[in-house]
Amino acid sequence: MKILVCMKQVPATSQVEVDPETGSLKRLGTDTRTNPYDLSALETALRLREQLGGTVTVLTMGPAQAESMMRDAYMMGADDAVILSDRKFAGSDVLATSYTLSQGVRLLGGADLILCGRQTTDGDTAQIGPALAEHLGIPHAAWVSEITSADEKGIEVVQNLASVEQRSRLNWPCLLTVELNSVVPRLPSYRLKRETADRPIRIVGFDELPERNLSLCGLVGSPTRVEKMFPPAAKAKNVHLEGGPEQEADALVAILREKKLLETEVRA
Amino acid sequence: MTSIRFNSAACDLCQQCVEKCPFGALSIGAEGMSINEKCRMCGVCVKTCPHRAITFEQTPSRDGAVKDQWKGILVYAEQEAGALHPVTFELIGEARRLAAKVGYDVYAVLVGGEGTAANAEKLLPYGVKEVFVYEHPGFTGFKADCYADAMADCISQLRPSVVLIGATALGRSLAPRLSVRFHTGLTADCTKLDMRPSTDLVQIRPAFGGNVMAQILITDARPQFATVRYRVMDRAAKVPDPTGKVTRMPVTDAMARSGIEVLELRQLVREKSIEEEDILVVAGRGAKNEEGVALCRRLAEALGGQLCFTRPMAESGLGDPSHQIGLSGRTVRSKLIITCGVSGAIQFAAGMNGSDCIVAINTDPEALIFNIASYCIVDDLFTVVPALLERLSAAEKEGE
Repeated sequence: MKILVCMKQVPATSQVEVDPETGSLKRLGTDTRTNPYDLSALETALRLREQLGGTVTVLTMGPAQAESMMRDAYMMGADDAVILSDRKFAGSDVLATSYTLSQGVRLLGGADLILCGRQTTDGDTAQIGPALAEHLGIPHAAWVSEITSADEKGIEVVQNLASVEQRSRLNWPCLLTVELNSVVPRLPSYRLKRETADRPIRIVGFDELPERNLSLCGLVGSPTRVEKMFPPAAKAKNVHLEGGPEQEADALVAILREKKLLETEVRA
Repeated sequence: MTSIRFNSAACDLCQQCVEKCPFGALSIGAEGMSINEKCRMCGVCVKTCPHRAITFEQTPSRDGAVKDQWKGILVYAEQEAGALHPVTFELIGEARRLAAKVGYDVYAVLVGGEGTAANAEKLLPYGVKEVFVYEHPGFTGFKADCYADAMADCISQLRPSVVLIGATALGRSLAPRLSVRFHTGLTADCTKLDMRPSTDLVQIRPAFGGNVMAQILITDARPQFATVRYRVMDRAAKVPDPTGKVTRMPVTDAMARSGIEVLELRQLVREKSIEEEDILVVAGRGAKNEEGVALCRRLAEALGGQLCFTRPMAESGLGDPSHQIGLSGRTVRSKLIITCGVSGAIQFAAGMNGSDCIVAINTDPEALIFNIASYCIVDDLFTVVPALLERLSAAEKEGE
């Protein structure tokens, strides 16, 4: 059983402001953390390995600093870690990122199961997992809230699709994206920290990718362009109701009545 | 222009592509694979080939030639437990607004099991020119892979410039597969759209947890895929003389074949969600304690609505996290929302500022919530809300 977990290092905070004059970002802190959804994906992988045997490899695309995230993954129990890192990957959108990841998966000889977090906390798109599955031509189930069973042939999962809960079975190979609260990620272990201190982290550049197709990577391979960034608008009307609680309540009830928003009117 | 490229060096003659092609368009001869005119560019072969010997090839074009070949707006009409998802009507409304700017038509496509064609008929009064239906018992339940095959079939025949999909759990699972298949761009979770005369779709979405809005374009590729947030766009109005038609599309067993076996579909028993609610009352940090929350709850009940919470309230345990409004919670667009003791941080506001009528009650005259409120009451909720409750119960007695 070969399990791949896709992870991403994200900014520790999403507190960021835009300069309304220039449209440029007023910088985010440089602190990073592991995307919390991906920790659930890693935990899911480790539990499946405990049940079915095999290996868990963590894959990411990003700067070499992602090494600290990979060390944490080792401390949780991952067997191998691979970082796809090259300046040629910079500026990747969903299409280029998922393509590059798919090249990483192929380089590693494929996998029986690929696990991703449902989404990242910086991009919020929830698109990389399904896009990666499409590049690899394998089925996927997204927003998985529970794994009900797994065996040598495949896996049974529960997905919450708004008002419907769907239980499905997928045979290997397949890809799942998991919900944040589907499992509680284990804490890094000090024993594993010592054991894995010398374990190498493989860094893969563009030249090692199987297809080496520059037109599909980075900014060149990204069909979407961010034209500009701007702060969210605040709309205002601001009618003040004044004169103490009694008058204010009178005024508001009169307004609601006029707008037909009182329940007695709504029912009628 | 997209074409299919065949790399004979990588092919090991396994013939899986020939077998899987839903249209019987492939054959393998002495010269390797050949494609005949039955090909609809659905991409099943590209997906099937274990050696990636078959790929889509997009000839880059920057002179607008690509744009001219892709016309119209296609809306994916999502079904949920056999009924149309309400986001569908919002997408049609938005699609019609965008289409009018460049003289496009609006189309819709449905994929699903039994009853799908009947749902398709329900879209015609809303001014859709043609509704394409892929109905097959194999499409019961959501299977991302074969839903994508059916959608790809529709897209390759219609060649729409824009494809709009609801940013629901289902839509955000389906859309990425399609954008990869057509080697084009996809913007997730758009909250605002516009159409340029060049037919470039302006896609605006919150980024960095909603602290920034990003305006995104797909200028050199078609179709342009966007998933659109539920409850952000205005629902389509009915048109006086609908002229659209429903077209049943042939579904082959191969198209409905999936790597996903749906074992069970269970309708989650739930009350009206806060997204669907017309009247909401929000308890913020100013509600302080259980007594304050209870006051707000009584107000919600008296108005016939539901009680919601800000993030601090949900985190402190005073509020139900599933009723949390804001970027990390739900986005609501109610007719009336009364916020009690809510400061109105931008992350909260982004989740509710599409509401028609916003009433803010807060003791702090500087609270941000007053910037977006339609009606401002700078006062203590512990005195105003009881006064409101008194009047509302009096009004109810009158009504009886």
